[in-house]
Amino acid sequence: MSQESLFHALLGGALIGAAASLLLLGSGRIAGISGMFGNLLTGRATPVALLFLAGLLAAPWLAGALGAWSRPDFLAAPAWPKLLLAGLLVGVGTQLGSGCTSGHGVCGLANRSPRSLTATAVFMGVAALVVAFGFGGLA
Amino acid sequence: MKLAALLSGLLFGVGLLISGMADPHKVLAFLDVTGAWDPSLAFVMGAALLTAMPAFVYARRRGRTLLGDAPIELPARAPITPQLVGGAALFGLGWGLSGLCPGPALISASGGSLGAIVFVAAMGAGMWLAFQWSRRRSDAALADAPLRG
Repeated sequence: MSQESLFHALLGGALIGAAASLLLLGSGRIAGISGMFGNLLTGRATPVALLFLAGLLAAPWLAGALGAWSRPDFLAAPAWPKLLLAGLLVGVGTQLGSGCTSGHGVCGLANRSPRSLTATAVFMGVAALVVAFGFGGLA
Repeated sequence: MKLAALLSGLLFGVGLLISGMADPHKVLAFLDVTGAWDPSLAFVMGAALLTAMPAFVYARRRGRTLLGDAPIELPARAPITPQLVGGAALFGLGWGLSGLCPGPALISASGGSLGAIVFVAAMGAGMWLAFQWSRRRSDAALADAPLRG
């Protein structure tokens, strides 16, 4: 990896950590994106979650307006059946497993939770296996 | 504090964009440990954890928010159940197939990517199905439970 992408990784990661800290100490909640979105779809969203999601969705627009982000389409011409299957699996899996990369991978690990450590190890391990066997990617 | 939530979501999204994790190719390159491995995501998570961990330790001790004095709600750290492991495995399957997890998918969908919009629709359907399933299961568990009293 280049020095530039290392810098971007560290800066972006620090902002993500700061965002999770702000939500916890400011609003008393965990920044778990799959949980918030799932609650929204099943009519259980809290005002805090709605505002967090609104901020998240505004991010590409704000960054675009500031000229810091060109909003490229990373998923131009994907393999549609695989995209649908992956989306379904991510939806079912994050609800049954109570979290995704943000809730377990960032907040749960920061909370030193054995549940989140287990979930993170499992979803990273399984995802790495999928890629190792050549099934990764939507092209 | 409501403003904190809006600002936190914005900051979280900008962090995801800057880190490069909104790009599924970059995520897949991290997952490709046996191939041309790109460690970026490890640095993203490392930096996020270093920043967030002191706040989580402090929040657990404090128990109330800094402004507004509301309770801080932290999820249970135990137990590790088959449902947790099975759910995480299904999520890993979908994440590995696509390189997309919920945060980056929502951001790309908001940015106007048709592929991401379709992914989010499928993800939403999956979440709804899982919710219905677990509700039916907990209803059944309640009905099966022996009466006490």
